[in-house]
Amino acid sequence: MKTMMQWHRAWRGLLLALLVLLGLGLAGAALAQADPEGEAATAVPALDADTWRQVRSGETGPNFRDSRANSDYNLINASGETWRQWRDRWISPFGLIAVGGMLAVIVLFYLIVGRKELSGPRTGRKLLRWPLVVRSLHWTVATLFIVLALSGLTLLYGKHVFRPLFGDAAWAGLMSTTKLLHNYLGPLFGLLLVVLLLRLLKHNLPKRHDFAWFRQGGGLVGKGHPDAGFANGGEKAWFWLLATVGLVVIASGLVLDFPNFAQSRDTMQWANLVHAVAALGLTAVALGHIYIGTIGSEGSLEGMTSGYVDETWAKDHHNLWYEEVKGEAIEERELSDDGPEAPGRAPSPRSG
Amino acid sequence: MATMKFMCDAERCIECNGCVTACKNANDVEWGVQRRRVVTLNDGEPSEVSISVACMHCDDAPCIAVCPTETLFQRDDGIVLHDKDLCIGCGYCLYACPFGAPQFPRQSAFGERGKMDKCTFCAGGPAETKEEEYQKYGANRIAEGKLPLCAEMCSTKALLAGDAQEVADIFRQRVVQRGHRDGGWSGNPRREQERARQGRDLSDADGLAYDAARQG
Repeated sequence: MKTMMQWHRAWRGLLLALLVLLGLGLAGAALAQADPEGEAATAVPALDADTWRQVRSGETGPNFRDSRANSDYNLINASGETWRQWRDRWISPFGLIAVGGMLAVIVLFYLIVGRKELSGPRTGRKLLRWPLVVRSLHWTVATLFIVLALSGLTLLYGKHVFRPLFGDAAWAGLMSTTKLLHNYLGPLFGLLLVVLLLRLLKHNLPKRHDFAWFRQGGGLVGKGHPDAGFANGGEKAWFWLLATVGLVVIASGLVLDFPNFAQSRDTMQWANLVHAVAALGLTAVALGHIYIGTIGSEGSLEGMTSGYVDETWAKDHHNLWYEEVKGEAIEERELSDDGPEAPGRAPSPRSG
Repeated sequence: MATMKFMCDAERCIECNGCVTACKNANDVEWGVQRRRVVTLNDGEPSEVSISVACMHCDDAPCIAVCPTETLFQRDDGIVLHDKDLCIGCGYCLYACPFGAPQFPRQSAFGERGKMDKCTFCAGGPAETKEEEYQKYGANRIAEGKLPLCAEMCSTKALLAGDAQEVADIFRQRVVQRGHRDGGWSGNPRREQERARQGRDLSDADGLAYDAARQG
């Protein structure tokens, strides 16, 4: 028994020695492979310039893999920096110049030229201009426009103004409210604007006298009034601006508001730039619309509040329309008796 | 003050996704969000290369520049963090980020974005208590003197994290060890020209048998 065990032990020792020798040999081979010369010679072909060019272009080829679920990103978001530069270097400062500049121009205009007064005394006879449905639509759209403009401006410029002004405590609540208002009221505004535009389309088809209206600058300065029908050239310009740029704002806004339709990051970058430029432009022009409709010209605002305008105002601003509807004028006291929208009185077919 | 940086040595990354898993686990990242991703270029070709990508904690971070609520901010050591109490989910950081780092939970209707989440370099974020910090942002390993777990657990040490100078030194040593001028990130035409001049035809190199670990 004893000799048997010794024999086994000897065999085991020999086997171990062989294994160690074999291991050393393999390690030697591995060390040889770490030789830099050898590595340079056996290295796989490198990624070529075309691959990096593709990465830079933002496209992904068939052999691109991303371990993140549902990812449609390339390695590098090359357009991100372009978007950032457009937004922060161009749109942000020039939007402020456009809106602020418009405000300054209006203030200067008011101080130098002043309000456009009626050319004569009021006759006291009233013409129905905007029926209740148009007035309701107008003021709803107007309110939404103002809320969206203010919240949009806050999203773009708020951090430079409100955080230093109101402090950190109010900041988080202010911004989350701003975003909710902007994102939730936006689609409602879009819907109502389209309804309003359709309702007013018939008044805003371009006519030949509109060009004459523009050539005379709309009679904004001085005494005269160029010819105008129900809507003058300026009103039609504002209508078509909303019907084009306004719809662009709505469409681009919807792209940003509902990111669940698999639109790409690049698409949303473009939508954001278009949305910002168009909305800032509309905001600037809207200031002009607000000015002319309120303190800029005597007698205009009452058309959109009470629905009725004075004969003198109609003759001044919309002489062609006045000629059509002058027979339908009613006395002011009739209005105060039963109100402009009393039951039983059909709105004039020629009005709003 | 150190400047913290990630660096992925593309010659070493073997696309094991260990960094992705380590990150997910260390930070208890919420469902649907994956702070780190591994991108593979030319998959299945001899020139296949993989890179692990997350927030790179840019010096001039585009996300900070475009954020309307100042959710994003940079610490003195270069780490870019986010304050989830301020995020409104507008997605601008995602539009601007070069690396696709910001992500948004999408549990609401119509794809409305929740509060942004991204890599914190394992440095947590602003919160009142440690528990709140962990719940919102995940681990704060930096405060414990540890490096991000993704880099710590990288099996081939392809993903490096730490002070930019340290990371650069390690990588420089590797490039020198590799023995050719452009042994860092591949794809330099000079390298190709040099090879052609030396008459080395590598067109039939066996890409499948190639062992990434052998590269240094």
